Amino acid sequence: MKENLSLLRFTTAGSVDDGKSTLIGRLLYDSKSIFEDQLDHITESSRRRGKEEVDLSLLTDGLKAEREQGITIDVAYRYFATPRRKFIIADTPGHIQYTRNMVTGASTADMALILVDARNGVVEQTIRHTYIAHLLDIRYIVFCINKMDLTDYSNEVFSKLRADLKALAVKLEVPHPYFLPISAKLGDNVVDRSENMPWYEGPTLLELLETVEINGNGQAVPARFPVQYVIRPLSADYPDYRSYAGRVAGGSFRRGEKVVALPAGLGSTIKSIDTFNESHDTVAPGESVAIVLDDDIDISRGDMIVPADAVPELKSDIVARICWFSEKPMVLNGKYLLRHTGSEVRCVIREVIFRLNVNTVERDTVNKEVKMNDIARISIRTAKPLFTDPYIVNHTTGSFILIDEGTNNTVAAGMII
Amino acid sequence: MTLDINSRHLRDLENEAIYVMREVAAQFENPVILFSGGKDSIVLVHLAKKAFWPMKIPFRLLHVDTGHNFEETLVFRDNLVKELGVELIVASVQESIDNGRVTEEKGYNASRNKAQSISLLDKLEQLKIDVAIGGGRRDEEKARAKERFFSHRDEFGQWDPKNQRPELWNIFNGRKHPGEHFRVFPISNWTELDVWQYILTDKVELPSLYYTHRRKIFKRDGVFLAWAPFMMLKPGEEVIETDVRCRTIGDITCTGVTLSKADNLEDIIAEIAATRVTERGGRYDDKRSEAAMEERKREGYF
Repeated sequence: MKENLSLLRFTTAGSVDDGKSTLIGRLLYDSKSIFEDQLDHITESSRRRGKEEVDLSLLTDGLKAEREQGITIDVAYRYFATPRRKFIIADTPGHIQYTRNMVTGASTADMALILVDARNGVVEQTIRHTYIAHLLDIRYIVFCINKMDLTDYSNEVFSKLRADLKALAVKLEVPHPYFLPISAKLGDNVVDRSENMPWYEGPTLLELLETVEINGNGQAVPARFPVQYVIRPLSADYPDYRSYAGRVAGGSFRRGEKVVALPAGLGSTIKSIDTFNESHDTVAPGESVAIVLDDDIDISRGDMIVPADAVPELKSDIVARICWFSEKPMVLNGKYLLRHTGSEVRCVIREVIFRLNVNTVERDTVNKEVKMNDIARISIRTAKPLFTDPYIVNHTTGSFILIDEGTNNTVAAGMII
Repeated sequence: MTLDINSRHLRDLENEAIYVMREVAAQFENPVILFSGGKDSIVLVHLAKKAFWPMKIPFRLLHVDTGHNFEETLVFRDNLVKELGVELIVASVQESIDNGRVTEEKGYNASRNKAQSISLLDKLEQLKIDVAIGGGRRDEEKARAKERFFSHRDEFGQWDPKNQRPELWNIFNGRKHPGEHFRVFPISNWTELDVWQYILTDKVELPSLYYTHRRKIFKRDGVFLAWAPFMMLKPGEEVIETDVRCRTIGDITCTGVTLSKADNLEDIIAEIAATRVTERGGRYDDKRSEAAMEERKREGYF
């Protein structure tokens, strides 16, 4: 799925007023992906707000409250295409109070653009967002040093910032960092090459987006098939048909392969891999199919079909990194619902191993109260064992969310270590 | 733009949408597909067929009927329901007007578009429907660009855009309290062009309105609208008859038409790829204010 992407999903992050929405507006505008009526609309809105130039950020700030305050509250998704690729952009908020929305946008991204104001350098939000991108295992991070027009397009300013950011990237073990000097407002090095920065010889942002090859981390991923739904037509044409519907989460399966159904642990063989009116020999990661087995075994939602020779870990004690979203702090020894693939189990928070000090990227083992927007490493005990892989090996079987049973709200994102 | 580079992209979007459909079937008790007879809801039904084959789709269809329909849409709808063998639920705006739940708008731009929210919410409550699958796409409109796949509605059917649940990876949290419901949007990430290319590659059947046909139309505020006998013309507005097709299909009073002679999908796709106006640029209902869609969505619109 990840090889030769014709679709690239990326997210933008950075501190408030670093110009994220403006950058996206610029990208859409200069790649001619803005429609006339949209442009008329924001031109008119800019004028009504007393601005002389067209405010491109109005394109993505879609909520009334956002336009009133001039900030981004929640993720906005935008779409554009060039002849080389299709892009899905998640434009995420910079305010710390909306971190959960930033995490929402970043969780499905292949690449993160992190904006840095050339005048301010590395600030807390730069570190926080880089850390979150790293936490979510986004392996391609582009640091866009923005507002170069306000620093006289200075090579020295850029070089110093690049050195600072490189140090951060090394510390966080970002495998593929990129550094670009841009002006989102004026368009330098976004789509068109800047004439103001002849000293910069790298690609423009769009060139980079169009050409970067997104590959996995090089590790072979064992095949996983979390069962979402059991298909049983019980119809005259298909009286005995029974298949297990799901989406392949890493690896691949083939007809005739020996598999095991978990948690029952019973073995069988793949008889058929079905989609609408078709049967396939193999299925690749990311594909939604329905699997028919040779034997009639009891399988339901939340169970998992895996290769007989590569079974995931079965665990009730889970150590994970989490990002906490709720206004209510995490309750130590408190009970939550844990949703992992198709299964939902009760769990208890057993221990906070450490809380991360985002400013210094250091572990805090003294103050371990986990509050909204905190990142921590915790250990959890689940009521029933789960089949897991480490998050860095498999994003689907390695991730979970925690739900507050009283409010039904999603209160944390978890990445299994 | 050639079809070739996008076909894998279309399969990726299809895999995602089918995954979402199956999550709905697994997580909810009483799901419906909001079916308008427009291309997006037709694609939803097509995806549902693919997601659950060879089973009958596990969703009923719900049509919010303003009474101002294109006749072709109703014929298409009834045939489709027959083919699927599922139940059709109709939430009638006329009924809501008759029983006093809704007051009919007056004047030139009178539309039953806004009234649909009340008829829809009443029907969802009456039948205890806990999830409505919609064909909304994030590329359509700026408020829709903010929507989650699984979008929570409180007991009054309202959307709270400033306080949406975080939505991580593909783990969807459909938990709710009694009386609340969800709206789910499986084709959130599709663009207008994706939908058309998918209709072409998957040979999805559409109502004839989407292809060129002769129709009586008139122009209002730069948009060509289909004319119907119950619509009031302003002084200076004039009905002409020409070759048009619909780019979107909604209530007849607010659906803009495009002057076009395109009678096949390839030509339609070429037109859309070249167009410089958004799809909803022709939707009169969005032109009422800067936050028209957000306000309607907060009230329970789809």
